[in-house]
Amino acid sequence: MSEQEAQQGPIARRIEQVGRTTMVGVGVIGYCATLIWESLYWAVMGKAMGQPVRLNAIVDQMMEIGIRAIPIVSLLALAVGMMLAIQGIYTLSIFGAESQVTYGIAFSVVREFSPLITGILVAGRSGSALAARIGIMTINQEIDALSVMGINPVRFLVAPAMFAMLIMMPCLTFLSDVIGLLGGGLYVALDLKISLSAYWSDIIKIISNGDLTHGLMKSILFGVLIVIIGVANGAGVQGGAEGVGKVTTRAVVQSISAIVITDMFFAFMVTR
Amino acid sequence: MTKPSPQELLSRKKVIDVEDLVTHYGERMILKGISMDVREGEIMVIMGGSGSGKSTLLRHLMSLETATSGKMSLLGRDITELTLKETYSLRKKIGVAFQGGALFSSMTVGENIKLPLREHTDLDEFTMDIMARMKLEVVDLAGFEDLTPSELSGGMLKRAAVARAIVMDPKLLFFDEPSAGLDPVVAAQLDELILRLRDAMGMSIVVVTHELDSAFRIADRITMLDRGKILMVGTPEEMKASDNSRIQNLLNRRIEEEDLDPDAYLRRLTGEDQSNERA
Repeated sequence: MSEQEAQQGPIARRIEQVGRTTMVGVGVIGYCATLIWESLYWAVMGKAMGQPVRLNAIVDQMMEIGIRAIPIVSLLALAVGMMLAIQGIYTLSIFGAESQVTYGIAFSVVREFSPLITGILVAGRSGSALAARIGIMTINQEIDALSVMGINPVRFLVAPAMFAMLIMMPCLTFLSDVIGLLGGGLYVALDLKISLSAYWSDIIKIISNGDLTHGLMKSILFGVLIVIIGVANGAGVQGGAEGVGKVTTRAVVQSISAIVITDMFFAFMVTR
Repeated sequence: MTKPSPQELLSRKKVIDVEDLVTHYGERMILKGISMDVREGEIMVIMGGSGSGKSTLLRHLMSLETATSGKMSLLGRDITELTLKETYSLRKKIGVAFQGGALFSSMTVGENIKLPLREHTDLDEFTMDIMARMKLEVVDLAGFEDLTPSELSGGMLKRAAVARAIVMDPKLLFFDEPSAGLDPVVAAQLDELILRLRDAMGMSIVVVTHELDSAFRIADRITMLDRGKILMVGTPEEMKASDNSRIQNLLNRRIEEEDLDPDAYLRRLTGEDQSNERA
């Protein structure tokens, strides 16, 4: 090795490393985009290709992602609503404006906390389950088995989860809206001695369709993120059981990070 | 049914035809120009040591991987020219029994076997049940349809995987290491099953294995792979009679004694070998 090569070595290696990481990153983004595209493709073209996306598979996933998440989503929404009421009354009492707390609760719950809490919960429940399922199936050659049986794995495994998520995320978020607002209302009614019905009529006056849509649109976006991050991690599993554990954890961490960051950008772009 | 003679075998139609197949894993060349064929109703065993490329070759034969170069036709169709729909349609005519079974753990054995029928046919539930039971009879697993894969032993799992592989009555059947992890008696039973499938159903069968006893028991022809190249294709008798030292070493389980070439050793250490292979 010449002296010049020896000097360039570490820099060249660093540049190569950056290049390789960039390539991997671009590859992952491309893979995720392909997953979304293929899911849509099979939904539209599946029947013509002899590979329809089965309704019962979607319903199964809707049960798993949505219906079974109702108790925990309800509990957390109630707690978040109450927490917002407690903090809101405390903060507004500085200005003697406790009665305005309804505004804070209404906007925060519907525009922000409901989609965010629902997204984080679904990422923890279903994003991890999806990553683990796809990971185990990859290791056990079950994905290969589907392919050689002439069954497209995206159509069979990903598309049902994607559609179930697109349907159930807004539903769960709407439920979370109602229960969160109710939680806030219960505390406000107790603390400020306002009737619950007066609180509700205030809420209905304050919240516009735009506020509601803002939260629901975000939840759909979060749902798509949860599915593609779960599947991409699961499909990229390496090693045995340890690998599945790693991709499951990674899927949850990445989903939650992606949800919070996307939330910030969405809020910035839509609110300003 | 007795084994067909080599002449008779070679007069039959080709169900798999591979010409000069080259494939890379990342930048490393795995298969270095493979040419082989499999004839109708033949049991072709692909053998080779670890790292010889036999599993990679099998993945290509099952059309799960795309080659860097070369031609391959499956059941008379050039797989590089197939549309997506045609590829899926072709795959319905092949069956695969994976090494670990690859049965879906969330489904019962019966549901696993019925899955291809459910996805590709309009048969009613009752007919699918009957067909699943029929295939379970073929592999001597009658009555096991309601168990989950985790409740089956290793040998049963492999036989259940065979039942799923043959449920669409494929023309071509692949086995990946059927005897691996099984005791000799169970392995022999599986060999018998493979012979029965060829004789009774006229299937062409490709078996990848490193088990010599099993290979010689079932093979009509053997393809011997070594370091990504074909060492020899021939009947078990031709294989045994070969005077190629590498084949004899593999058949007699002798450790390869290489003459120490200092230059080659240095090239391996400095990684020059790999860069040449990449080229």
